[in-house]
Amino acid sequence: MTTKASYEKVIDQGDSEVAKFETRHHSLLDRVQHVLHNNPTFVPVIVLMISLLAFWVIAGGRFFSAFNLSLIMQQVSIIGMLAAAQSLIIITAGIDLSVAAIMILMSVIMGKLSIDFGVPPTIAIAIGAVGGMLAGAMNGLLITKIKLPPFITTLGTWSIFFALNLWLSGAQSIRSQDIDENAAFLKFFGNAINIGGARITFGVILMIVIFVVLWYMLNKTAWGRHVYAIGDDMEAAEMSGIRTERTLVSVYMLAGLVCAIAGWASIGRVGSISPQSFYEGNLQSITAVVIGGISLFGGRGSIMGALFGALIVGVFQSGLRMAGVDVLWQVFAIGWLIIIAVAIDQWIRRVSA
Amino acid sequence: MTPVVSAKGIVKRYGHVTAIDRSDFELRPGEILAVIGDNGAGKSSIVKAICGATVPDEGEILIEGKPVKFSSPIEARDMGIEIVYQNLALSPALSIADNMFTGRELRKPGFLGKVLRMLDKPAMEKFAREKLTELGLMTVQSIKQPVETLSGGQRQGVAVARAAAFATKFIIMDEPTAALGVKESRKVLELIKDVRARGIPIILISHNMPHVFEVADRIHIHRLGKRLCTIDPKDYTMSDAVAFMTGAKEPPARDAA
Repeated sequence: MTTKASYEKVIDQGDSEVAKFETRHHSLLDRVQHVLHNNPTFVPVIVLMISLLAFWVIAGGRFFSAFNLSLIMQQVSIIGMLAAAQSLIIITAGIDLSVAAIMILMSVIMGKLSIDFGVPPTIAIAIGAVGGMLAGAMNGLLITKIKLPPFITTLGTWSIFFALNLWLSGAQSIRSQDIDENAAFLKFFGNAINIGGARITFGVILMIVIFVVLWYMLNKTAWGRHVYAIGDDMEAAEMSGIRTERTLVSVYMLAGLVCAIAGWASIGRVGSISPQSFYEGNLQSITAVVIGGISLFGGRGSIMGALFGALIVGVFQSGLRMAGVDVLWQVFAIGWLIIIAVAIDQWIRRVSA
Repeated sequence: MTPVVSAKGIVKRYGHVTAIDRSDFELRPGEILAVIGDNGAGKSSIVKAICGATVPDEGEILIEGKPVKFSSPIEARDMGIEIVYQNLALSPALSIADNMFTGRELRKPGFLGKVLRMLDKPAMEKFAREKLTELGLMTVQSIKQPVETLSGGQRQGVAVARAAAFATKFIIMDEPTAALGVKESRKVLELIKDVRARGIPIILISHNMPHVFEVADRIHIHRLGKRLCTIDPKDYTMSDAVAFMTGAKEPPARDAA
């Protein structure tokens, strides 16, 4: 065995520390970038705080009342749940355009079974939940086994699920009275607790529970680490021993289950079951996820960001409405929020050591 | 002494292309075996066959004298065979500790771990810190730091430390110094020697002759899909090795495969 090559002899005379971090003074902007890199939810939390304060000033105490704030929560609860499902997918660097279609299809199945076929609501809900998982499994298997891009796969299944939904429902809504008479349990999540002017529906509580459970799964279990690793670098994840296909299918199935649960909750929120409702839910869920600081490139961001993202959208809509601004400017504002959120994400990703 | 790996008559074909043509392979206990060969000679293919990344069409692989048939690198890993890939197989956004344990995470004992599947992060961080310290790599700021904030050499260090921490049989390293500067390469070479000093044999795939001649105990020269010869770096010069590798010179009979 020979020793070091001659050209390397001079190394010892050089700095002996290998690859040590430079201790150059970081500018304030560098440090902000670093903090945000380590805590991706800071941006949406700060935006949420600022927008709450801003609309308090603009729209007054009526906006900042317990009643109105709890109303915002109710308004975002369904999209919030879809955003939770969407976050799971986007963290794997995928996208799911079919979340709202799965949700509506399952709510129609639950309603049809219990009202037209006399199936007990609990069983109908269980069938809907299994149906949600199967719909997710279909997305997941097409993506992993046939290697289709998630965007195209779910664009296709969006149409398929929507068409099935129109066929099953006959494009007819199931009326609120019929649900009350035959299967009131389907409206369980419409119940509410009133505390000092605030009206907290069970649906809002369910949304928060879903976020907490998914946050736990993503951050405290091996499965969650694998989901992030897959979104970060699929090939590296595979090589470091993660069963990537199986994990991806499980992610789509879990997202499908969450969508089905959101479908049940939507019956309580809307009152009736309409096959045409939440048609924009797919895109709204993506909006919430993006504003929540979850990277569309995968592997980065906290699912809690999606909750804040959904709340930011709700606060903007409510605040602008109360300030008497035309609806079109609400849409305009949300558009800018999306673009700014993605721009900030790009900047954070370029963090340097 | 039983070889750690002994492969005989390995064949792998892809359609009309024969990537491995009745090749043999042997890794002895405690050694660093360098595998060199021209591009396309099939040196990666033979190593892949040994770690289960490809399944050979013919031939026999013995690990510590026992025949094995791996169908994936995960099976090889379960036996204590670790691979440091050229692209390192690290997840940039995850922490050093998370990366060390990817695919073999520790769970908390009792209810939290068994039912709630909760990870034992403190235990994983402690272990990761110990392993990096043992290999003299704790110049990183924090074990929770994402891997993407590390330099190339530090990342390589994490990948090597991960392999060293879990390997019980041997480690395969694919071009570990290819992407590194002079100083960082030096550090990685020292790491490789450290790992050997712990008694873990290493298969080192490399194009870098000075590095190969510095650390290797034996050099396996691969040519046209099979082992051409195995030489002792003390008996030959780098130009001899290159000559054998490229077919410019025939290896002496005593060293031939």
